[in-house]
Amino acid sequence: MASIASSLDPILAGYGHDPTALLQILRDAQEVFDWISPEVRAAIAGTLGVPTARIDSLTQFYAHLYDTPRGRYRILFSDNITDRMAGSVALMDHMLTRLKLERGKLSADGVVSVDFTSCTGMCDQGPALLVNNRPVTRLTPRRIDEICDLIRALTPLDEWPADFFMVQDHIRRADMLLGAAYRRGDATRAAVARGAQAMLDEMKRSNLRGRGGAGFTTAVKWETCRDAPGEERFIICNADEGEPGTFKDRVLLQSFSERVFEGMAIAALVTGARRGFLYLRGEYSYLRAPLEAKLAEMRRENLLGEKICGAEGFDFDIAIHLGAGAYVCGEETALIESLEGKPGKPRIRPPFPATHGYLGFPTVVNNVETLCKATEVALIGGASYAGQGTKQSTGTKILSVSGDCERPGLYEYPFGVSIAQVLEDCGAQNPGAVQVGGAAGNCLTPAEFGRRIAFEDQPTAGALMVFGSQRDMIEAARNFARFFAHESCGFCTPCRVGTSLVADMVDKIAAGRGALYETMDLQRLHDILRRSSHCGLGQTAMLALGDMMQKFRPAFERRLTSRDFEPGFDLDAALARARELAGRDDAAAHLGADI
Amino acid sequence: MTELANVFNLDGARIPFEPGQTILTAALAAGVYIPHLCAHPDFPPHGSCKLCTVTVNGRDGPACTINALPGQDVRSDSPELNEIRRVLLQMLFVEGNHFCPGCEKSGACKLQALAYDLEMLSPHFVQFFPNRKVDASHPDFLLDFNRCIMCELCVRASRDVDGKNVFALAGRSRDSHIIVNSPSGRLGDSTLSIDDKAAHVCPVGAILRKEVGFVTPIGERLYDHEPISQVDLAEEAK
Repeated sequence: MASIASSLDPILAGYGHDPTALLQILRDAQEVFDWISPEVRAAIAGTLGVPTARIDSLTQFYAHLYDTPRGRYRILFSDNITDRMAGSVALMDHMLTRLKLERGKLSADGVVSVDFTSCTGMCDQGPALLVNNRPVTRLTPRRIDEICDLIRALTPLDEWPADFFMVQDHIRRADMLLGAAYRRGDATRAAVARGAQAMLDEMKRSNLRGRGGAGFTTAVKWETCRDAPGEERFIICNADEGEPGTFKDRVLLQSFSERVFEGMAIAALVTGARRGFLYLRGEYSYLRAPLEAKLAEMRRENLLGEKICGAEGFDFDIAIHLGAGAYVCGEETALIESLEGKPGKPRIRPPFPATHGYLGFPTVVNNVETLCKATEVALIGGASYAGQGTKQSTGTKILSVSGDCERPGLYEYPFGVSIAQVLEDCGAQNPGAVQVGGAAGNCLTPAEFGRRIAFEDQPTAGALMVFGSQRDMIEAARNFARFFAHESCGFCTPCRVGTSLVADMVDKIAAGRGALYETMDLQRLHDILRRSSHCGLGQTAMLALGDMMQKFRPAFERRLTSRDFEPGFDLDAALARARELAGRDDAAAHLGADI
Repeated sequence: MTELANVFNLDGARIPFEPGQTILTAALAAGVYIPHLCAHPDFPPHGSCKLCTVTVNGRDGPACTINALPGQDVRSDSPELNEIRRVLLQMLFVEGNHFCPGCEKSGACKLQALAYDLEMLSPHFVQFFPNRKVDASHPDFLLDFNRCIMCELCVRASRDVDGKNVFALAGRSRDSHIIVNSPSGRLGDSTLSIDDKAAHVCPVGAILRKEVGFVTPIGERLYDHEPISQVDLAEEAK
């Protein structure tokens, strides 16, 4: 390996030795060195003049940064419930056996490690894994065997079969956005022709609301940012699509990225911003190169850069920043912290980013899909746009459909479509439940399939996970509970501790050791997390679990012991170490189940 | 338009405030106690412990970060909010390893004092029993991570007052933990000195002064005779 300094210098120089780029620097350094060793850490800290503890606070916060060796091949299996339903656990076990590995441990030869990671956004083509941030989809036992062979032969990733890394779009129903004839530049030119104020007026007329889930009116956000005092303004595209079951932004970034970038430019025109960031989740790193290429093309065509489309004073450009495995960074203030090179911990709100965002400057943070929709408003005008959908939820919405259905993928509908219609279209034969809005959303039963996708009925950022009626909803509850316990940023007490308490309690119930006591505690915690958590992560962490416990009560009750209370401490489990030392595992070495 | 007086309503009492004050600071200044842990008069609001959660015009939020506004209706001392606070305290107790009888801070510990004041009778939840380290490498201070409650007061004091960045919060979720900024990661190799604000700001027994243990006998400590609600308000009135 080349010396540390000679490899680091170009990375550090590429970011202008700017400490706000620390997360990007660490990501790039890890690409070279496979992990952030104490020597690499010291070299970066020394050159940038930052405390080493600041680097530790990042490597220990972001799941995909490592301060211990994890091998040349770092395999992470996506651990969404849809991956599990497609057999991911058995596939991982198969790989661990083939490689003679323990999960989460580095192989003896230091070559490979295998672990789980949160949903990687490949739910329509899972089970999926990441190898050094590159997605491998449609896993089968055979493909696992092939991967094991490639790893044993120390084959560089670039020489692996290209079809391993194929990510398909799976657009099943296209409407206004996915189906439109689109010519690059038309939307920006239309916005320039309208002028900044008139474009904002059209946005107001369109009543376009944020597609990230919260549904805030986009025009209000833009106007607030424009009118806030500040030397500079920023446009951030939130492409940290981490909600389990959601993958629409992946497709938009893969096949519709010009529209995303044009949407950002239009937001810049309206607000007066000169710089923009696309915050891309680390799991989508494979999109970075094509997105950079697209940006370069757009600069050549004067759709970015100075005097965009010839308009005096319309100067705007976009940089891509990558995340590194932290769901919480989808929260806009956590995302901004991450962009500033810090752990992604949500800020106190208010003030909101529109007035105090990136580096304290007025900042618009919009979802990928929202920005695409802004190009529609530029093209067809606000009034035409508002003609689609419902009065309170105008336009169309892209849904990411996965789970037990024949045709998982993207479905674009005008707002107001019923769940039943979506289920019919995707070929869900025997749906017993639908999780709407990802792990942080609601779980609906067949009685509620008449509900409509709209901000005023069933709002969602777009994830629909279908559960066949044969599915054990406790497995889904466990998966979600563990997800939140893993992804809590740790800032506030209720979420940091509460999500772990909840995960442990659901595990206990799933293991048949839960009692009425746990179900009552879970109800109490639901209320406390919702009311006292710092951000949406903690506030919504128990939404699905609450729904499942209420609506699938028999499934939960079947698992409960008949006792009022079962101790959390398992004496028999605590004796495992003693049994191991004594080399015994016979019946007499175990405490009876009823002691 | 008539100007609204700078007064809000807290559990039925009229609380005057200066513009820019938070609900917590205004309430304390007016002699009304709202339980809090991570808030400290010398530092900007942090809002992480959530002990001071109140209901403002029907919405819940921490009193330490919400600005006081004319006419707000704030609920604080209600059975349901105190129940939330008790559960948050229980969470802090089970997350770390808190053994009050053997702790030098006992009697002067904010966590313990709040638990008494809010009548937390047991930790209730299953203990995490985390495996946390003790760092005795510094000549003047003992660092016992078992008792840390992640309030980041030491982090803030070292960064904002001492200008040293001795401490940082790392990790996430239940693996959140304080780290020391030194080549070895040990406090003894850091630049922490005895006059640092960071060395004296810990509300619990995570950062303890060496060689002065039990100088104040049990029974004569800060919260031994009066509950923290009264002690804090008396401090505030000085």
